[in-house]
Amino acid sequence: MSTGAGVNTTCPYCGTGCGVTARVTTAGVEVAGDTTHPANLGRLCVKGSALGETVVDEGRLLYPALRDRNSPNPPQRVSWETALDTVADGFARIMREHGPESVAWYVSGQLLTEDYYVANKLVKGFVGSANIDTNSRLCMSSAVAGHKRAFGEDIVPVSYEDLEDAELIVLVGSNTAWCHPVLYQRILKAKARRPSLQIVVIDPRRTATVELADLHVPLRAGSDVWLFNGLLTFLERSGATDAGFVSEHTRGVADALAAADIELETVAQQCGVDSDTLTAFYRLFARTEKVITCFSMGVNQSSAGTDKVNSIINCHLLTGRIGKPGMGPFSLTGQPNAMGGREVGGLANMLAAHMDLENPDHRALVQTFWNSPRIAEKPGLKAVELFEAIEQGRIKAVWIMATNPVVSLPDADQIKRALQRCEMVVVSDVIANTDTTPFADVLLPAHAWGEKDGTVTNSERCISRQRPFVPVAGEARPDWWALSEVARRWGYGEQFAYTSAHEIFDEHARLTACGNGDDAASDHSCARYLNLSGLTGLDRQAFDAMKPRRWPVVQGDADTNLRVFSDGRYYHSDRRARLVPTPPRLPAHATANEFPLVLNTGRVRDHWHTMTRTGLAPRLASHTHEPYVDIHPLDAAEALLKVDELARVTTRWGSLVARVRCSGEVQQGTIFVPIHWNEQFASNARVGALVNPVVDPVSGEPEFKHTPVRVEPFRVDWHGFVLSRGRLPMEGVTWWTRAAGAQFARYEVAGRQKVDNWPALARSALGVPDGADWIEYIDTASGVYRAAYVIEDRVEACLFVSSRPDLPSRAWLSSLFQKPKIDNLDRLGLLVGEPLDSSADTGPTICSCFGVGRNTITNAIEQGGCNSVEALGAKLRCGTNCGSCIPELQKLLVAPTATA
Amino acid sequence: MNATALNALIVPARLRGGLRVTSGPGHAERSGAGRSASPAASAAGQGAPRTQSGDDAQGQGNRPRQHLVVIGNGMAGMRTVEELLKLDDQAYDITVFGAEPHGNYNRIMLSPVLAGEKTVDDIMLNTPQWYADHGITLYAGDPVVAIDRRARRVRAASGREVGYDRLLLATGSKPFVIPVPGADLPGVIAFRDIGDVDAMLAAARNHRNAVVIGGGLLGLEAANGLMRQGMNVTVVHVMDSLMERQLDKPAAILLQQALEARGIGFMLNANTEAILGSDRVTGLRFKDGREMAADLVVMAVGIRPNVDLARSAGLHCERAIVVDDTLQSLSDPRIYAVGECVQHRKTVYGLVAPLWEQARVCASHLAGVGHNRYSGSVTSTQLKVTGIHLFSAGDFIGGADTEELVFRDPRRGAYKRLVLRDQRIVGVVLYGDVQDGPWYFELMQNQTNIESLRDRLLFGRAFCTPPAGPTGGP
Repeated sequence: MSTGAGVNTTCPYCGTGCGVTARVTTAGVEVAGDTTHPANLGRLCVKGSALGETVVDEGRLLYPALRDRNSPNPPQRVSWETALDTVADGFARIMREHGPESVAWYVSGQLLTEDYYVANKLVKGFVGSANIDTNSRLCMSSAVAGHKRAFGEDIVPVSYEDLEDAELIVLVGSNTAWCHPVLYQRILKAKARRPSLQIVVIDPRRTATVELADLHVPLRAGSDVWLFNGLLTFLERSGATDAGFVSEHTRGVADALAAADIELETVAQQCGVDSDTLTAFYRLFARTEKVITCFSMGVNQSSAGTDKVNSIINCHLLTGRIGKPGMGPFSLTGQPNAMGGREVGGLANMLAAHMDLENPDHRALVQTFWNSPRIAEKPGLKAVELFEAIEQGRIKAVWIMATNPVVSLPDADQIKRALQRCEMVVVSDVIANTDTTPFADVLLPAHAWGEKDGTVTNSERCISRQRPFVPVAGEARPDWWALSEVARRWGYGEQFAYTSAHEIFDEHARLTACGNGDDAASDHSCARYLNLSGLTGLDRQAFDAMKPRRWPVVQGDADTNLRVFSDGRYYHSDRRARLVPTPPRLPAHATANEFPLVLNTGRVRDHWHTMTRTGLAPRLASHTHEPYVDIHPLDAAEALLKVDELARVTTRWGSLVARVRCSGEVQQGTIFVPIHWNEQFASNARVGALVNPVVDPVSGEPEFKHTPVRVEPFRVDWHGFVLSRGRLPMEGVTWWTRAAGAQFARYEVAGRQKVDNWPALARSALGVPDGADWIEYIDTASGVYRAAYVIEDRVEACLFVSSRPDLPSRAWLSSLFQKPKIDNLDRLGLLVGEPLDSSADTGPTICSCFGVGRNTITNAIEQGGCNSVEALGAKLRCGTNCGSCIPELQKLLVAPTATA
Repeated sequence: MNATALNALIVPARLRGGLRVTSGPGHAERSGAGRSASPAASAAGQGAPRTQSGDDAQGQGNRPRQHLVVIGNGMAGMRTVEELLKLDDQAYDITVFGAEPHGNYNRIMLSPVLAGEKTVDDIMLNTPQWYADHGITLYAGDPVVAIDRRARRVRAASGREVGYDRLLLATGSKPFVIPVPGADLPGVIAFRDIGDVDAMLAAARNHRNAVVIGGGLLGLEAANGLMRQGMNVTVVHVMDSLMERQLDKPAAILLQQALEARGIGFMLNANTEAILGSDRVTGLRFKDGREMAADLVVMAVGIRPNVDLARSAGLHCERAIVVDDTLQSLSDPRIYAVGECVQHRKTVYGLVAPLWEQARVCASHLAGVGHNRYSGSVTSTQLKVTGIHLFSAGDFIGGADTEELVFRDPRRGAYKRLVLRDQRIVGVVLYGDVQDGPWYFELMQNQTNIESLRDRLLFGRAFCTPPAGPTGGP
C-alpha cells in the first residue's frame, strides 16, 4: 500500500475511462483527476470525485462462503480451497452428466481485461462452449454488432480529441451531461472556445444534456431508424454523398438507400417531431463536414438497436465522414471495461482478440495458441437467453462475476426464478449483500477497485492501468486467480499458470498479434485492426509503468497512431465498409389499453448501475435520494397521480413503487424510471423486473427503453423519513428506500397500516431505551409525528411522519449528524426540520462535488448578484469541478424566482 | 369558567388595625396644574368629605365634582382608579377604603416575597405618596362594614362614614377554609395577603414541618416559599394531579417532578378529615386514616368572592356581585364592581388579566366617556416559582371537536400542548418553555386561523415568522 504518494489508476465507472490519482491518507482515500491521462486531462465527475468514499470495508464480502440450501442460516465461511473445490467439482460433475453446454458464465464490464481474458479462455477453450456472456450485452452489444456489420470488426473510429475538432456533435440517445460528464464538459469547453460548434441532442426526454444544446430533436421513443433513414435520404437528395468514397470503400449503398427511402412528412409523423425541426437538423448535418454522432443506450438498448447503429453509420459512410479528424460515429460505452471485454472476446458471439467463432481459421488459431483441448464452435447463449436456459434447466450451473443480474437484466424476476432453479450458482463479488448474492451457493470474494491490478479500455480504445493502492480486504482474490484455480483443478494448470496480471496481459497482447498479418489476399486472413504486438513482452515493472495507450499498438510501427480507416481500409474480407439496409420497425411491444404508456429507463446523475458502489458514498446520495417515476403532468392528472406521492408502476412483467415527479423532461405518453434502485436500497424499486425481455435479433441487447406500462396511485396512510446513525431493520414497512448519509443512513418510508401509537412504534423501531433523551412532536389529527433521539447532545436518529408527503427538508437535519454536539438552537429546530435561522438550510444538493444546495444557489442569484454559471462558480464553487450540475444551475438562473 | 384560580385578590376577612394613611396637606400644593388633594380627613369618626364642588376652584372651571368611594385598596380597585385618572382626573374626589394596613401592592407577587426573592417594598404598586400626589384619601386598615344605598353613604369599621355619588366595589375574594375540625387552630393560615406572608415567615423561623393543603397555583407557590424559607414542606392535594384546573396530566407530572427535585413532598388523593392539635396545630388526619405531623398548615384550596358587604347592602349577588357589561351592579347603577368579587355573564374570574380589562371598561364609564363594553375575558396562568416555567390558558383539556399539538422534550423539561378547534387555538399548556405563551394567548384571543402555521406553530413564533428577507421588490 502507499501512504502519501499518489497512485495513478483508472476510474471504475463509465466508459470515459478517466485517469485518477488515488492517495491514501489518515482521513481515508483521496481521489483527484490525473492531469496526465488523455481521457480526462485531470477532470473528474462527481462520481469519480467521490470514489474515496467508496473505498471502505462496509458491506465487503471478505471470505469465501458456502450456502446450504436446506438451511435457513446465512452462507458459512469456508477456505478458498474448499470453495474452489466445490466449484470445480460441481461444474465438472454437471458437465460430465449434461455436457459442456450445461454450464455458463455471466460476467461483467466491471472485470479487468485480464479477468475477462482468463474467463473467456477457460470457457471457450477448456469447457468448450461459448456460454459466457456479460452485462455488456445490456449496454453496447448493438454497437458491437453495428460496428461489425459496417466495418467488419468492432472498431470505434473516433477519439475524444476528435470532439474538439468537430463542427457538429450529434448526441443520440445519450444523456451525456449526466452519464459521461467529463466528455460533456470537454464538448462544452470546445464550444466555449469555438461557438460555431453546434450541438444537437436527439432524445425523447428533455434531459440535462439538452439544456446547453443548440437543437433538441425530441423524437418518439424507438423511432430513431426513421429519423436516420430520413437523414440518409435527405443527404442523398441534397447531394451530400461522397460518391468517390462510397464507390471505392463501401458496398451496399443502393440497398441501404432503398430501405431508407422515406419522405420528410413520414419521418415527422413517425418520430413525432415537426418537420421544421427535422429539416433544421438534416440541413445542419448535410452542410457540416466535421460531424460526430455520439450514441449511447438510447440507441443500443432497443429491439432495433443494431439497425439504429447502422442507420447512423450509414449516414457517415454515405458522406465519407469517417476516418478523418473531427468526424465519425462514436459509441459511448457505459462501463469501464466493456471495451476490454470486447477485445478479449468475452461475449457469447465472439471468440477472442476480435476473432470470430464462426471462422474455422480463427478457431484453429486460437485453439493452438491456447493449447486447449477443444474450442467452442458456435455462439453461446446471450444474456437474456442464458437466464431463460437456466430457468428451463438446460443450464444447470452458472458463475456470475462482478455483476448483479437480479437487478440489471430485463424481466428481472425471471432471473430470480432461474437462479432458484439452478443447481449451482457461484457469485464472485466484492459486496456481501446484493440482490444476487442470496441465490449463491458459493460466494467468492473478489478484489475491489483499489485492490485490482490490470487494465481496462475506454470508449476511445485507450488501454489504461488500474493499479492497487490499498491493502486487500479479507481474503479477496483476483477473479483471474479464482478462475485459474478451477482450471488447475480440472487439469489445466499448465495453461493457467498465471502468477500475476502482467502475464495474462502479455498473453492477451500476443494473441492479438497472433496471425495478425496484413495478408488481405489470403483466403485465410486473420487480419484484425486490434493489434497489441507493441505491448507484448512487458515484464511486471514495464506493465506497472504502462502509460495509457490507444490501440492498435503495433510492434516496430512507429506510426501506431495512424487514424483508423484513414486509409479507407475496413475489415470485411474485401476491405470495404458496408452500408446496411435498415428497414425501420416499431418497438417489440406496443402500448395497449391496459398498459397505455411507455416505460423508459436510465441513469440519474450521481448513481451508477446497481449502486453497490455509489450507494456507499454520502456525497452521491443527496442529489437523487430515492427512486422516482417521471411522468408528464397530463398523464399524471389522467392517472390521478400527485407529485411527491407514491405510484405503482406496472408492466406485464412486474411492478414497482416510486415517488411521482413531473420534471417536465418526459413526453406525454412516456414515463422514466431510473435503473439503480434494488432490494438493498428500496423495498420495491427494481425497474429491471418491469422491462420486457425482448432483444435485438442481431445483438441480443434488450429493449430497456420501451416497455408498455401503466401507472396508478399507490395509496398509503402515512409518509415519513428516518435519519439514523445505525442501520434499521425495515421489515414490515410497506415502502422504504435507503440512502447513505455522512455518518447516518437516510430512510424514506411509507405505510399502509394505520398507526395508532406512533410514540411506542417509533421508540421500538429506533431502539430507544427508557429514559433516553427523546423529543417528540405529535399532531394526531394531521397524522403528524416527529421524534428525535439524542445521546449526550449528539443526534442519534430522527423520525418524521405525516399523512401527506409534505415533510420538511432533510438537508439541514442531515448536517446535524456531522456535529459531535448540537447546541440549543439546533435542538429547537430539530423537530421543525430546519434551523431557526433559515439561511442555515442550504436546501437540496445541486452540486454534489462541493455540496452546494439549492437555497444557497438561489440566494446567490437573487441577492448575491450572480447572473451566470461562471459567477455562481466563482462565488460558491458549484459547477466548477465535474460540471454535471451546470444544466441545473442554468435552469435556476432562468427560473422565474430568480428574475426579481 | 377556566381559572377560578387562587392567585388573586382577597379582601381579608379579618380586620387589621394599624396603619392609616391619609394624604397630607403638604402635598396639596404639589401640582399647580393638577387638581388639589382632598382635604385631609380628620380623625376616625369624622364625617366623610363632602362633595367639594365649591372648594375646588383651582383652574378647573365650574364642573361640579362628584365623590367616588372605592371599597377595596387592592389591584382591581386601584387599577380602575388609575384608569379613571388617565381619562379624567377632575371628575371625582376619591376616597379609598382598604382592609389591609398598606398601600396597594401586587398581590400576585406575594409568592416571591414568601420565597425571599422580593421584599414587600418591591411589590408596592401605589405608595402613600402616590395617593397624596393624586389627592386621594386612603383609609388603609379600615374596612367598610356597611353601605347605605339610600343615603349613599358607607360606614367603615372605625365608624367613619363617607358619602358617595358613585361607589366602586373591589372587595376581591377570601380564601376558602375547608370546614374540618381544627381549621381555626393557631398555625392554620391562608395565603392571601401580607399578613399571611408575615405569619408564614414567622412560622418558618420557629417551626420545622409545614403542610400546604391544596396543590393548585397558590398552594404550590406557598409550598415553594416555605421550602425556600427552610421548612420541610408537604403538599396535600385531594386530586390525583397538581393544578388540574390549569395543567393536563403530563405537565402536572413534570411539575411535580420538578418540585420534588427541589425537596417538596407530595401526597395526592389525600382528603383532609381533621387538623390535629390543641393549642397549636400538630398534624393532619386524612379520611383514609393516615396522619401527618405539621407545625404549620397553609390552606390554599380555593377562594370565594368576598360579597358579604354587597349582599348585606341588598345588591343582587349570585356566586358574586352580578354586573352588566359596564360593570354596574344590576341592582344599583351608582354602584360599580370590578375584580374577583364580580360575576359577569355567569363567570367569576380569579386571575389578574380580566381585572385589567374590567378596570379599563369600568373607568371609562365612571369618567362618563363610556362606550366600551366588557364582554368577558380569556385567561391565562403562570406559576411564580423561580425556575419553573408554566403557562396555561383556555380549554386545555379539549373535547371531541378539538385537535391537539403536543411537544415533549423531557430532558429539557419542556412540554407544550395546544388545543385547536377549527384551526384556532382554544387552549394552551406550556411547561418548561413558556416563551411563546403570550403569543399563543394572543392568537387564541384573536381567534386567528393558524392553518398555515400549523406545522411550526408549536415550535414558537420565531419559526412562524418569515425571515425579514432582504429581497427588494421586483
